Amino acid sequence: MKRPMAEITGAEALIESLENENVEVIFGYPGGSVLPIYDELYDADIRHVLVRHEQAAAHAADGYAQATGRTGVCIATSGPGATNLVTGIATAYMDSVPLVAITGQVPRPLIGGDAFQEADITGITLPITKHNYLVKDVEDLPRIIKEAFYIASTGRPGPVLIDIPKDVTTDTLDFTYPQKINLRGYIPPKSADVKHLREAAQLILKSERPVIYAGGGIIISDAAGELLSLAETIMAPVTTTLMGKGAFPDNHPLSIGMPGMHGTKYANYAIQESDIVIAVGVRFDDRVTGKLESFAPNAKIIHIDIDPAEIRKNIRVDVSIVGDAKTALLRLIGLVKESQPRTDPWLDRINKWKQEFPLQYKKDGLKPQYVVESICELYPDAIITTEVGQNQMWAAQYFRCTRPRTFISSGGLGTMGYGFPAAIGAKVGVPDATVIDIAGDGSFQMNSQELATTVQNNVPVVVAILNNGYLGMVRQWQELFFEQRYSATIIEDSVDFVKLAEAYGALGLRVERPEDVKPTLKEAVGSCKPCIIDFIVERTENVSPMVPAGAAINEILNLE
Amino acid sequence: MKKHTLSVLVENKPGVLARISGLFSRRGFNIESLAVGVTEETSISRITIVVSGDDAVLEQVKKQLNKLIDVIHIAELSPYDSVSRELALIKVEVDTTTRSMVMQIVDVFRARIIDVATDSLIVEVTGSKGKIASIQRLLSQFGIKEMVRTGKVALHRMSKTAADTIPEKLQKPEEE
Repeated sequence: MKRPMAEITGAEALIESLENENVEVIFGYPGGSVLPIYDELYDADIRHVLVRHEQAAAHAADGYAQATGRTGVCIATSGPGATNLVTGIATAYMDSVPLVAITGQVPRPLIGGDAFQEADITGITLPITKHNYLVKDVEDLPRIIKEAFYIASTGRPGPVLIDIPKDVTTDTLDFTYPQKINLRGYIPPKSADVKHLREAAQLILKSERPVIYAGGGIIISDAAGELLSLAETIMAPVTTTLMGKGAFPDNHPLSIGMPGMHGTKYANYAIQESDIVIAVGVRFDDRVTGKLESFAPNAKIIHIDIDPAEIRKNIRVDVSIVGDAKTALLRLIGLVKESQPRTDPWLDRINKWKQEFPLQYKKDGLKPQYVVESICELYPDAIITTEVGQNQMWAAQYFRCTRPRTFISSGGLGTMGYGFPAAIGAKVGVPDATVIDIAGDGSFQMNSQELATTVQNNVPVVVAILNNGYLGMVRQWQELFFEQRYSATIIEDSVDFVKLAEAYGALGLRVERPEDVKPTLKEAVGSCKPCIIDFIVERTENVSPMVPAGAAINEILNLE
Repeated sequence: MKKHTLSVLVENKPGVLARISGLFSRRGFNIESLAVGVTEETSISRITIVVSGDDAVLEQVKKQLNKLIDVIHIAELSPYDSVSRELALIKVEVDTTTRSMVMQIVDVFRARIIDVATDSLIVEVTGSKGKIASIQRLLSQFGIKEMVRTGKVALHRMSKTAADTIPEKLQKPEEE
């Protein structure tokens, strides 16, 4: 049967649609149900990065999205391919990362019959996607892709999954890419409520001890400039969350670092002593607030967020502003710019805390903090990704970020194995950047197979393993709260990371003395090859300071 | 705990109910009852949900529901400006001596008998939860073989419609 010229297959339509969305790269792994799609990708202009496990495809798309601000795209086959994406999708959902995940599905007549490699991935991902689709008719495919990119990237961003049965990709349609979106159930908030902004401005003008608590929403909304301007206008200290790191320069005099469990003492003290907390693009996560009833006990709380459901989800709020952070901050600045800040005594107090309780560690032996400080000193403009655990907290504490989108970490879900594939995604998205994954020996082993991806696709990222032979963060909790019973946390000598790197054709380096840290970092970055540096660090170093889970954030343990 | 009746307009698409029930279970919200049916506009279904919880819970329920792409509109119906009904079918054991007694109760409650067998009757009753509970209690003395009831369904009184209460529903979403 001859096909009319205008008719194309579902697989062709998918690629056409992705090109219409200006997708430049897809992270994926092929399989039976996506064969027709991969056949089209074979001569498409879109770059495909082949990973070695689908989880890494989702994390790489996430890292790409966070580094570039664009929507990341990943693809996997039906069944196990799709379920392997799940952790990555959940990670992106918790951190509000725009992601479009495309999965193959068994042909429509087989759905529901427990066919080979069938999994109900739309059912499985219901609670971890912003929205998802099962494409039942090839005619719907262009509209669904248009909607998926729109939903993923607007409002509070998040992952959208599109499940496409194999026979839909081989069906034909008369293709046109829709220009308009018609979603009557989805209208992302745009402007911020002026009345509430006035109330917020009134509170700010009366305040003597303000704190700005800024999160990932600032970065998503591209509002770092507005944040800086507001802080300098009202002369308020700024604490940035893990997801907000880079939203405010860590080296700015008004910066007080990260709040919460492993935050700086001065950030936590400032929040507790403040008379007003200006929370922007944050969600009052338990790792930040500690015991909710004792959080900022003397402060009025202004909460600015684009997601109305975040307002009063966890905490009482005095003034709430639903809207885009950039717009809201711009208007707020307009309302307070004539003010005469009266915060000098407050800033003096904070500076005293800074001097009295700096982030510090004892410099004996090869300390993980020193490795992070050295990376920061040599490569201040690098994009840093992290794994999860002690490595992540040391990176957050000791890498001083100055720009948005340069610190990429799994904040909400806390996914071990995230940092390495996220680094691959970031490097693909920003090829000129130096990209360094600050890793632990435990986390790195969760996705170390991606060394093959870095070598095959020539993605020269550096993995700095802070190797202490422990699952360090869990070990730290066991030391402090479980009578030093190190149950299942000792992993010393489990692998020779230098040989592992070499086995994949990457560069493997080892550092055992502080004086070798910087030369080796230079060698790694200078090599322009994928590289692992195995830093053999002091084994029992703890992350300090620390607020025990469930305590108020000024009940701080000193573990130096 | 306070009970609230929500009238939720949703896209009439497969899987929407799963999205809503899944949301309730994973966020720990309590559904007292839930009834779904298509509306006068065939692309839209109406779900009437009774939830229990304080005002903070209700606020979260509404906001979280609103985040679902397939949810078009949510209205809270107060008992004062809405009417609501439940329907129950009750199969009652009867014999020659008790049949007329059951029929008397059915009359008093303005219920109906919709099936008759030699040893049982099926009673159809509509009304409030309280009314259904009352007739159920009275009929239980004869022996209830089995029963089924719908969740509550409700509508705004007068000419007001659910869609009227939110102007933005009528707006066309803005172009990307």
